Amino acid sequence: MDNKDEIICRCQEVTRGEIEAAIEDGATTVEGVKKRTRAGMGLCQGKTCQRLVMKIIAEKTGQKPADIVPPTFRPPVRPVRIGVMEEDADE
Amino acid sequence: MKQINTDIAIVGAGSAGLCAAIQAANTGAKVMVFDENHKAGGQLFKQIHKFFGSREHRAGTRGFLIGEQLLQEVENCGAEVHLNSVAYGIFDGNTLGIVEGEPHHETHYAVKAKKIILAGGAKENYMAFPGSTLPGVMGAGAAQTMINVNRVLPGEKIIMVGSGNVGLIVSYQLMQAGADVLAIVEGAPKIGGYGVHAGKIRRAGVPILVSHTILKAYGENEVEGAIIAQLDDHWNPIPGSEQDVKCDTICLAVGLNPMTELAYMAGCQMAFIPALGGHVPMHDEHMETTVPGVYVAGDITGVEEASTAMEEGNLAGLSAACALGYIDEAAAKEKEAAFLNRMAMLRSGEFGERRRTAKAEQVAAFHNYQKGIGVKDGE
Repeated sequence: MDNKDEIICRCQEVTRGEIEAAIEDGATTVEGVKKRTRAGMGLCQGKTCQRLVMKIIAEKTGQKPADIVPPTFRPPVRPVRIGVMEEDADE
Repeated sequence: MKQINTDIAIVGAGSAGLCAAIQAANTGAKVMVFDENHKAGGQLFKQIHKFFGSREHRAGTRGFLIGEQLLQEVENCGAEVHLNSVAYGIFDGNTLGIVEGEPHHETHYAVKAKKIILAGGAKENYMAFPGSTLPGVMGAGAAQTMINVNRVLPGEKIIMVGSGNVGLIVSYQLMQAGADVLAIVEGAPKIGGYGVHAGKIRRAGVPILVSHTILKAYGENEVEGAIIAQLDDHWNPIPGSEQDVKCDTICLAVGLNPMTELAYMAGCQMAFIPALGGHVPMHDEHMETTVPGVYVAGDITGVEEASTAMEEGNLAGLSAACALGYIDEAAAKEKEAAFLNRMAMLRSGEFGERRRTAKAEQVAAFHNYQKGIGVKDGE
């Protein structure tokens, strides 16, 4: 079955086909896939798709699951209203 | 930005975080707990079933009642519980960024703590297949929250994917809530969860289809049905075995994984242990990570059950308070022995053995890292 159109990252609507293309383009890490496709850059910050992206990378590149690590986590790890930060910056 | 100083800051007011708070605050330490939800108790309030274990583990008591007991104990112990409070980052290994309050009425502040305990829990694994983003496909945990906390039935004709304890228990509770569970679909050749839960499902007439998977969900605007198929010994669908099942809801109970973002951000070293849900923070016997002063407890350090999360929380809270001198070491040791003993019991038996071995591997990884020995890769 052709699963290329399956949506893997629903926040940014990135398909399996687009992630596979990113790997074919040279991505070997979650970070590499993220930078090429925006997978994991939406509201949930990869909480839903990251494991699937890791699995696709492992399958396509032959790396061991242990070696595929999440991308760098930066604040905020949860959605917060940007205005809250702004208000502080004005002080 | 306002900065608050405290002895111990705990992220997560679920089973692990609340127990950590109770242990620590009872020694006299100043404890602050932060949780993004509007109610404390984590997953306990959706658990209407009775817990396993012995009397010390409050076995035979329903999960939500354990939650009520913990809330009462927290209230009496003097820990400050901040709800609707998101810990959005961890800085310099000892400061949390917090946004507290309802949207548009939030306050933003920093909490500098002598010890931090991360107890943020786990999240549900997701599964992708054609149609998996249709409305009606959801995590089994989400369905459980809907029926048991919000009293909303997510659908009437349900397929459950996964026969671990979550899949079995949530299926039964969906039936109690009035839904029809058409089938439980399990990829592995045997049922994943406890026989006692599986037995209740089978007696209610629900088929548990092992060596089966879901190939796709279909429907115009929402789920109207699913195609399921049998798997061969290599987990490949057997052509011709496809069945079309009309349903309106597909629940995914395909495991959980630890919410390790804050641990990564703090700089905690991780070990890859599949039995615990993937990459998990290494910790010592006292739940302290490779970042001094940062502790972990509960599902963030390996997906288990509420009962083990409570014991890990007890251990982390006590250890942090002891490190700050709020309880003398001899008294702490005695309490710790009791927690460790109960934890060992929870990790015994056929189902506990795998987790016991995995947890031992995690602690060994911590000590190897401290000694500079390369961390053993998971297989």
